Amino acid sequence: MSMFTNTNGDPKSDFGILAEEKESFLKRIPKTQTFQIVSVLFVITAIFSAIAPSTFFTLFNLRNIIINISVFAVLGVGMTFVIITAGIDLSVGSVLVFSSVIACKAIVAAGAKGWGTTFMGIFVAVAVATAWGALNGWLVSIAKVPAFIVTLGSLSAALGVSQIITGGIDLRGATPELVNKIGFGNVYKQIPVLGVIAVVVVILGGILLHKTKFGLLTYAVGSNTEACRRVGINVNRQLIYVYSLMGFTAGIGGIMSLAMYQQTTIAGQSNTALTVIAGVVIGGTSLFGGYGTIFGTMIGLFIPIVLQTGFIIIGVVPFWQNVVVGVFLVAAVYVDNARRNAADGGGKSLKKRSKKSTS
Amino acid sequence: MTYALEAKGIVRRYGHVEALRGCNFNVKPGEVTALIGDNGAGKSTLVRILSGAEQPDEGEILIEGKAVHFNSPSDSRNFGIETVFQDLALCPHLNAVQNMYLGREVPRKGILGKLGFLDHEVMRQGSEDAFRDLGATVRSLTASTGSMSGGQRQSIAVARSAAWATKVLFFDEPTAALGVVQKKNVLNLVRRVRDKGIGIVFISHSMPEVLEISDRVQVMRRGLTIADYKTSETNLEELVGAMTGRLDEASK
Repeated sequence: MSMFTNTNGDPKSDFGILAEEKESFLKRIPKTQTFQIVSVLFVITAIFSAIAPSTFFTLFNLRNIIINISVFAVLGVGMTFVIITAGIDLSVGSVLVFSSVIACKAIVAAGAKGWGTTFMGIFVAVAVATAWGALNGWLVSIAKVPAFIVTLGSLSAALGVSQIITGGIDLRGATPELVNKIGFGNVYKQIPVLGVIAVVVVILGGILLHKTKFGLLTYAVGSNTEACRRVGINVNRQLIYVYSLMGFTAGIGGIMSLAMYQQTTIAGQSNTALTVIAGVVIGGTSLFGGYGTIFGTMIGLFIPIVLQTGFIIIGVVPFWQNVVVGVFLVAAVYVDNARRNAADGGGKSLKKRSKKSTS
Repeated sequence: MTYALEAKGIVRRYGHVEALRGCNFNVKPGEVTALIGDNGAGKSTLVRILSGAEQPDEGEILIEGKAVHFNSPSDSRNFGIETVFQDLALCPHLNAVQNMYLGREVPRKGILGKLGFLDHEVMRQGSEDAFRDLGATVRSLTASTGSMSGGQRQSIAVARSAAWATKVLFFDEPTAALGVVQKKNVLNLVRRVRDKGIGIVFISHSMPEVLEISDRVQVMRRGLTIADYKTSETNLEELVGAMTGRLDEASK
């Protein structure tokens, strides 16, 4: 048995190394993509404030920005989960339209007034959109159709169904409560209800992603699906839940948009998915899965909107915003790739090895 | 002595191909059993069956003398059988603790646990204990495992499987991708797990390693276990001969 004695001596001596290599927290911060993107947002805001100090940084503008961003923020929560699983959802805009069309029909059928009808409408919008999300998730996980194709199909189909139902003409049919109390309502002075709804969804989404088992499994599935299957995690169920959550947020977005515009927006959501995906990616979430934060997504969404508002105020043709967002998007993915390559021996080499391991 | 895990007459067909043709295999607790064989001998199929990833067409599996049936990898895990895969099966973006408890997350007590909140302190402590138990060198519990060296990732993967295995632990080519020092560390880890009384199945192409670490060697060829040697009574030539079939031809 002598050949089996522990040649490393006392096992605890090895363990001594386990003392955390504490890189100071302050040193680590500047390396995170979230920090970089917050700096960018800060610089942009500072530039516009300096050029137009009297108009840019007024409460009125902040309110406008918040209302503009609130629907995107809600969708961004769901999209962050989806992209962390290394998926994508191109269909959010269409599912949003679909849910608002069905909700509008239901509200009109129920008499189009009163809080009861309003809540019924909210419930219908959320339920319909969640169901569509679950369908996307089922197709991605169990039918194994690539997420890009599934949601490209849904993008087309959900809009098509909405057009069939409405004949292509936007429906008016929000209850007065929905429009006046939620769409134009303020919780307190200049604080809009829509903004508060968005903040609540964002905070709950952040807790779900960063603090719970559901969030951990979302990261795990995006990080290494095969490893999750091997340890007995129900990967398919997790994916269906994540896409359902995306649908759920699209439903909330649908009812918010109905409250804001008092009608459905059949032709108005064709760019929604791209705006939201751009926000998520600019915010540092990796398209390859396994990494991302809700906070980053929010910053990533703010940048295009701040640019847009800023360009209008300082008199630059606002179309420049599209150019700048495009550049930001590509730059964000470039930075993400560079970082992943720098941390070599990481996810990439693991994947390479798993491909080879067929003996 | 009862076997920790025993397979009797396992048959597995893929269409017309018989990958396993009535294969027998056994592991004793507290012993390292090497499983060797050339490519295509059926090692991988046998391991997949014994870890529940596939079901045999015929034959039976016994754990401590009792017949069992695995429908999925979870079933075999519930019986205390774990596998360390060649590609480690870690999530590179998660840290050591999260990987350690992957799929076995510990919820907090009370209502918060029902809502899906996790007990990080219990899991951190559990991981620390598991690493200390094996003398595994893990630099950081909070850094993502993707940023660690191959040897450290290996330590985490082994510690995870060893912590959950109560009966049998499979090592599927655990040293294939490692350097000299890390190989030595893995072999030390294997010994420590064995000393806990767990039966170990060590699958490797490296004969010197097999001879160094194992107590017994079972050789597979063409879907059958054709030999069962005591390591102390065999040598390199005999093993290679059995693997390649030279022994068969010699005896004809």
